[in-house]
Amino acid sequence: MTIEAETLDGERMTLSMGPHHPSTHGVLRLIVETDGEVISRAVPDIGYLHRAIEKIGEKLEWAQFVPYTDRVDYVCAMNANLAFCVAAEQLMGSALAPVPRRGECIRVLVAELNRISSHLVAVGVSAMDLGAFTPFLHGLAQRETVNDIFERLCGQRLTYNYITIGGVAFDLHPTAVAEIGTFLDELSREMKRFSQLITVNPIFRDRCAKVATISAAEAIAWGLVGPNLRGSGVDFDLRRDEPYGIYGELDVQVPVGRNYAGRHGALGDSYDRFVVRLLEIQESIRLCRKALELLPPAAAKADDPVGGWQSDASKVLRKPPAGEIYVRTEAPRGEMGYHLVSDGSKMPYRIKIRTGSFAAVGMLEYLCPGLFMADIVTVIGSLDIVLPEVDR
Amino acid sequence: MTDKALSPGNGDDGVALLAVDEFLAWGKEHSLFYLLFATACCGIELMQTGGPRYDLDRLGMIPRATPRQADLMIVAGTITHKMASRAHLLYQQMAEPRWVVSMGSCANSGGPFSKHSYSVLNGIDKLIPIDVYIPGCPPRPEALIDGVMALRHRVKKYRTAGIRDRDPHVVAGGDCEFGSHPGKDS
Repeated sequence: MTIEAETLDGERMTLSMGPHHPSTHGVLRLIVETDGEVISRAVPDIGYLHRAIEKIGEKLEWAQFVPYTDRVDYVCAMNANLAFCVAAEQLMGSALAPVPRRGECIRVLVAELNRISSHLVAVGVSAMDLGAFTPFLHGLAQRETVNDIFERLCGQRLTYNYITIGGVAFDLHPTAVAEIGTFLDELSREMKRFSQLITVNPIFRDRCAKVATISAAEAIAWGLVGPNLRGSGVDFDLRRDEPYGIYGELDVQVPVGRNYAGRHGALGDSYDRFVVRLLEIQESIRLCRKALELLPPAAAKADDPVGGWQSDASKVLRKPPAGEIYVRTEAPRGEMGYHLVSDGSKMPYRIKIRTGSFAAVGMLEYLCPGLFMADIVTVIGSLDIVLPEVDR
Repeated sequence: MTDKALSPGNGDDGVALLAVDEFLAWGKEHSLFYLLFATACCGIELMQTGGPRYDLDRLGMIPRATPRQADLMIVAGTITHKMASRAHLLYQQMAEPRWVVSMGSCANSGGPFSKHSYSVLNGIDKLIPIDVYIPGCPPRPEALIDGVMALRHRVKKYRTAGIRDRDPHVVAGGDCEFGSHPGKDS
């Protein structure tokens, strides 16, 4: 008896993936409709970590909001601090003393270090989700070193509250420069080992190549930012194209996707996004070294070395002028923009946060149909979705 | 004699039951499989505690993706109102004896979101009984391990036939303090 192809078309099954699922990187829920093993529809359901951070901002003074920016994206809290503080400083305008040079260098240093540790988690976790556990452990071991450096710097391992409006909270501790230098050397060696373990691994490559390919036009149309956008071959990085702080002096080299999987892959597939993150780690190592070179010596007087709490910034900031501003910075998951509205009182009138993961989650519905069920994990890992950024 | 000691329901088999109970508790103490229940920031610290430096595996603690295989639920992170029913469901899906550690300020009390946020549950203990509270935002991995060690003492005392100790343990800077438990026994 022969079976007609039409009779094989079975019932569709609806699966609820998450919010508690080890591969959704938090509390993302996907309502997946499958036809056999092939996905016909995937609808993301978000809001399981909606903590009303934007609304909380309207009930606090400006400087008090900085700890909450840590929680907007805890994998790269320094970058989240930086995004808010840069925006608040520009809203203040000339009323606020500019950030001291040493403070600017420290900001770049910590932001790039945190970008490294964030990307280490991103590539490690996406490798782990595809079954390779060892690279994840190598990544975490390096991340612990960054955590140690930050802990000596500001007393916290994860939520730093270090970059403040007008500068940074504390000057570098005496051994910081040597520690960071040693770490960067070790990381350069470690990244080679990491690449040998996973990047050239044919199993890993084949599971990522040609999965969820995003063309440059699609990436722009869906509002993708950061490594996801650059993975599709779009050469755009706010650190170079719209520099803030001292990034303009650093000559940022921007890695873009170039079909790294060769004949197995396509431009803008999951493998490209993975490799772009690895290349960004290399670039961040270079930027850290450069920021260390540019770092001016500590002031002899300990009064106002780096701005921040030591300066009068927080006093000035009690009441910024009425007005609104949108400032965007390059976080590890792409453009992190703060739209701040002030009505001249001591509390913000409105804070709106724009993050990279939100656009990436929105694109899941478009990317998943036609893929196999097992590829969802690849897609989520390669887009590097972090849920507090989405829900806020 | 042997048959009598092993047969259940016999009033004289208490000695054998106690010995088995002790053995089971010893096994449970050294194999606390935990549920991968990470909702927010504390989840990263939980991940790093399970990572290469702190290595929860050496305590016999292996992460489990499904609640049906887990003995311990580490509530790592903020529980929002939308997530609350899911957290409760996960707890119900765990098999007895089950243990819950509340990790971090958000799970303890709502933390920095308790006052101004309209969508955050002020403490997971409103839903499920907690065995150990660990303060911190997020707690250091050492604090988490301290909490786990406190829980292990509790597991060690647990007897299948006995009454469970439900006073929660609060980790506070290495000292042990006992607080009153707001939740009801399940």
